[in-house]
Amino acid sequence: MTQQAAAAGSAKRYNPRLELYKGIWKRLRKNKSAVIGGGIVIFFILLAIFGPMLTGVDPNATDITNKNQPPSADHWFGTDNYGRDMFTRIIYGTKLTLIVGFLSVFIGGAVGVVFGIVSGYYGGWVDAVIMRIMDVLLAFPGILLALAIVSVLGGSLTNMIIAIGIFSVPAFARIVRGSALSVRKLEYIDAMKALGASDIRIIFKHILPNVTSPIIVQATLRIATAVLTASGLSFLGLGAQPPAPEWGAMLSAGRTYMHDAPHMVLIPGIMIVIVVLAFNIFGDGLRDALDPKMNK
Amino acid sequence: MTKYIIRRLLQTIPVLIGVSILVFSLMHLIPGDPAQIIAGEGAPEKTVEQIRERLGLNDPIHKQYLNYMGGVVQGDLGNSVRSGRPVVDEIKTRFWVTLELATYATILAVFIGLMAGIISAVRHYTFTDTAIMIVALFGLSMPNFWLGLLLIDWFAVGGDWLPAWAKLRPSGWGDSWRQVILPVITLGTGGAAIIARMTRSSMLEVISQDYIRTARAKGLSDRVVTYRHALKNALIPVVTVVGLEFGGFLGGAVLTETIFAINGMGRLTVQAINTRDFPIVQGAVLVISVLFVFVNLIVDISYKLLNKRIDLG
Repeated sequence: MTQQAAAAGSAKRYNPRLELYKGIWKRLRKNKSAVIGGGIVIFFILLAIFGPMLTGVDPNATDITNKNQPPSADHWFGTDNYGRDMFTRIIYGTKLTLIVGFLSVFIGGAVGVVFGIVSGYYGGWVDAVIMRIMDVLLAFPGILLALAIVSVLGGSLTNMIIAIGIFSVPAFARIVRGSALSVRKLEYIDAMKALGASDIRIIFKHILPNVTSPIIVQATLRIATAVLTASGLSFLGLGAQPPAPEWGAMLSAGRTYMHDAPHMVLIPGIMIVIVVLAFNIFGDGLRDALDPKMNK
Repeated sequence: MTKYIIRRLLQTIPVLIGVSILVFSLMHLIPGDPAQIIAGEGAPEKTVEQIRERLGLNDPIHKQYLNYMGGVVQGDLGNSVRSGRPVVDEIKTRFWVTLELATYATILAVFIGLMAGIISAVRHYTFTDTAIMIVALFGLSMPNFWLGLLLIDWFAVGGDWLPAWAKLRPSGWGDSWRQVILPVITLGTGGAAIIARMTRSSMLEVISQDYIRTARAKGLSDRVVTYRHALKNALIPVVTVVGLEFGGFLGGAVLTETIFAINGMGRLTVQAINTRDFPIVQGAVLVISVLFVFVNLIVDISYKLLNKRIDLG
């Protein structure tokens, strides 16, 4: 009885998962760039949620008498060619940008993770077929796959999210497959099988937790790519449609007035750079923290 | 090695078939009747039927695919639904423009990326290293079309130093090399940043290896150790990135060509999307993707040639 109590006590004191999280948090906190990147990401998330409440201005309210005004006390980021307040539009655009980034990566991540796990865990012809499909998706360089999908579905915010989601699938599938493959070969998985654990149980209880770190890192970095791709598609007129205050679309609209009202191009561009930069450095920091082997 | 090349070549066949199926499917994935969409809303039924007939949309789907592929292998990508001209003719001149643009951008990215990466690695954890890596992060995070617009404003419109518009010459670019500068910087910057980061991390990894320590212990100078022993091995993984970047430039040229009004494949694709000229979109996407598949093949083979330690099976 005393022995049992002692065992329970020590189990309470040492929780391996909690220790792991503590270790990650400690490494993450030490990594300056991760802290800065993560901080900026959180700031933008808060801005997207609460920002619209703070401005109190309609992002689409036009004021022709006040068009193309440079930044001033009344209009912090100036006005655009319809006299709309750029600051308000940028804040509303934050929400759109983050929605596109998170949703498309969520779609791509969910599909990619399923493909990757199934491919890596079952191997054989299933693996061969899935990986050839991924090779085909990867054969379309850069923005081309998203462009081709949008060309078919038509330019809109939703279609752009779907297109970027599909564009992100292979990156997740490949990484997860690699991890699943290496975990599958471990002896304890054989032991689980011998004990009669079902495939689903092994996948959810043992494979998935082991591939979480690369998925989180990849997702963070993919959001940066998704935001960049989305701004490019919107710039081409194939993403968010006017008058949506999407940053890429705003850039495209400001292009004609660039010389006389440079703020129309400079500000949305700087915003894109800051958000993408934040996700990139946060992703780099997460990688260092989640994978101590790489942190030499 | 020959075995590897043959196997790798055989591996590209299913990928190429997959690419062709996907590109072929583009027209069939259009929600609604593609013929109606191409003809435009409210077009008379006769016109719609003509388009349907011309594109062979009345045939069973497998027959349509076989017809399409039959044409593709003979160099026939169909006709533009707008101009009526063969897609191959529309693409031909523009293909070289994009290839040239992507090649120059790759050269720029490799040159700057390697230099920056090597300097950063040699002086790791110094101010120079930090500064280079911050610049690289910015390069990576910047939308290239935004950089292009800024360059146009600063150098072409504002300063009038460099021309912004590269006009199509019979087989390619503007007649002045100056027209190439801004688009190439626009397209190549992101790639340079990626190559710089990759070179740095690869160099740092190699520098910590035992054989480098041995080389130093033998009394070799830093310069010899860095450039003869470390760099040679550090560059191997960079080769893969260069190949991927070249492909990325082929796709990314869409935006660069649009803002600089360069008549390449990318701009053609965007124009075709806007005019719903799907045969052109299909042709352009197919050509760029097939080229990318072969670039990847070359990269893989050169990786194998360079890195004899790795047995790719």
